[in-house]
Amino acid sequence: MNDQQKQSASIRALIESHCTMQGALLPLLHAIQDLLGFIPPAAVPDIAEGLNLSRAEVHGVITYYHFFRSEPAGQHVVQVCRAEACQACGADALLALAEKTLGCTAHQTSASGQVTLEPVYCLGLCASSPAIQVDDRLHARMTPHKLTTLLTQLEAAR
Amino acid sequence: MSAIKVFVPRDSAALAVGADEVAAVLSAQAAQRGLAVELVRNSSRGLFWLETLIEVQTPQGRVAYGPVAPEDVAGLLDAGLLQGAAHPLCHGLTEQIPYLARQERLTFARMGVTDPLSLADYEAHGGWQGLRRALGMDGAAIVQEITESGLRGRGGAAFPAGVKWRTVLQAPAAQKYVVCNADEGDSGTFSDRMTMEGDPFMLIEGMTIAAVAVGATRGYVYIRSEYPHAIAVMNQAIALATAAGHLGERVCGSDHAFHLEVRKAAGAYVCGEETALLESIEGKRGVVRAKPPLPAIEGLFGLPTVINNVITLASVPLILAKGAGFYRDYGVGRSQGTLPFQLAGNIRHGGLVEKAFGLTLRELLFDFGGGSRSGRPIKAVQVGGPLGAYVPEAQWDLPLDYEAYAAVGAVVGHGGIVVHDDTADMAKLARYAMEFCALESCGKCTPCRIGSTRGVEVIDRIAANQNKVQHVHLLRDLCNTMLHGSLCAMGGMTPYPVLSALNHYPADFGIDASAADPA
Repeated sequence: MNDQQKQSASIRALIESHCTMQGALLPLLHAIQDLLGFIPPAAVPDIAEGLNLSRAEVHGVITYYHFFRSEPAGQHVVQVCRAEACQACGADALLALAEKTLGCTAHQTSASGQVTLEPVYCLGLCASSPAIQVDDRLHARMTPHKLTTLLTQLEAAR
Repeated sequence: MSAIKVFVPRDSAALAVGADEVAAVLSAQAAQRGLAVELVRNSSRGLFWLETLIEVQTPQGRVAYGPVAPEDVAGLLDAGLLQGAAHPLCHGLTEQIPYLARQERLTFARMGVTDPLSLADYEAHGGWQGLRRALGMDGAAIVQEITESGLRGRGGAAFPAGVKWRTVLQAPAAQKYVVCNADEGDSGTFSDRMTMEGDPFMLIEGMTIAAVAVGATRGYVYIRSEYPHAIAVMNQAIALATAAGHLGERVCGSDHAFHLEVRKAAGAYVCGEETALLESIEGKRGVVRAKPPLPAIEGLFGLPTVINNVITLASVPLILAKGAGFYRDYGVGRSQGTLPFQLAGNIRHGGLVEKAFGLTLRELLFDFGGGSRSGRPIKAVQVGGPLGAYVPEAQWDLPLDYEAYAAVGAVVGHGGIVVHDDTADMAKLARYAMEFCALESCGKCTPCRIGSTRGVEVIDRIAANQNKVQHVHLLRDLCNTMLHGSLCAMGGMTPYPVLSALNHYPADFGIDASAADPA
């Protein structure tokens, strides 16, 4: 099997294991994204058929929720919180600094392909603002200096 | 010599400032020095400016050290950390730290004290008492107990929980559900997250009592995807509680069945609205439903459903264990019991303060919070999340209770308090409120979907000084339409931060106070 075939086989296995669950679509999409890092648009017809939904319904759900991506992200995802509590502690400046350091704007990936930059609306660390998340790792009381160091390390780690 | 217990928190807010590294260095150093240490990963006490807060068990009680960085550990051990010895980072007995000692911790009594995933700890600290009592009562009696406690929805809407439960109890159906709304998307709030990470069995117990009361056999905890640690802990806790017989076919050996499952959200703020949340669990886009029918009658999969916020359900075990009167005696007026207030943003001592309703914002900001973190004057305080009003200093002495806040056009909401110092630009924050609404609107109703985008544009024109008087008038008119014409609180309450910014801080919009007066 080539990579493409392996991918669709694993997606079919996930559809199989979810299809009898009530309200299966979100859990299934999470499972696919956990496995592949994104939800390939080519998988939409299989998902729709497996869950007895229309393709429009599946596409609608994938595109409605901010968390689901239809394209792979960079090697690392950096999320900068820009909700009110973090804004009160300099989040806007942090996001601007991240954009400048990475040479890309929010929702984009740096030219090296290493870092995808995203805004996020609350990580629940509002008493220790400003907060960011790098992949699965949370960082609170972020400073411009610490952020620059982190981003430089991520960009350099190839 | 028996091992000395040392507590290092595992709450997200501690992990985010390096608690895992502190724990690792502590273990390594203890091993190197041949010291017998039993490391317990407790949850956080909620004194977040002191994280990572290490506690050591001594004969006098637990002694606190913080904020501890990994590089402080060696010095702390040298100074006699394990004996609770003096050190510049030492705060004495944890329970006597004024921030904690002055609180009324009912729902958060175990927070930071126990190992969140230890059933033995939970049991030893009053766990399952409420459920055991409920199992000896009939559904109507449990609902009556909740009604008499005065418990209102802690998610923000403050609807009486007993009324909701009674409606579900009286709705005839073969299948009913209990759903926990753990889509805590409001900036400035983290009490749901702390509960799930720090005392998950309490939430499980509360949901199980609700299920027993109304006759539901299935439950879902809908947790936001931004809370991976909460999701992991809840999944582990459900597995442990099921294995121990507190959940499953026979709840604590009774004839009641209750199966509980975590559902992971996917980053849509509006799914915190209860009907959008139900749509999302059903596998659809999280679009708000028109009410009626109420979820209590036609909820999840069209069946009767109790849907409550984390803190509402987490308050239930204590009410059942100690009786409605115990809980009701806290608070003021129709705001009974306690609320875990969350001090956030630009505040020196940010954290969780559980107090009975009725204290003032000024007490929270200064007696607990110690003023702004930047040291500058506090200018505005947003109470109740991104849909809550900005409260100016003139209102800081109002009692924090639902009705007193509603009377001035503000909301207590979920108890989130976000502090801004005098560098805040209130016109920019008003614009952000509209921008956030445009980003997160589900799109079902026009005032919210289109009004929010127009709102951003109008505020931009005010900022650019174009026909200012007319545009301020237009902004008010637009807010009025959103307030009265939106299907849910997303569009219906976005005007709260916008109008409060405009009314209380007109100078930030470049207008004088008389032009800002809505009259």
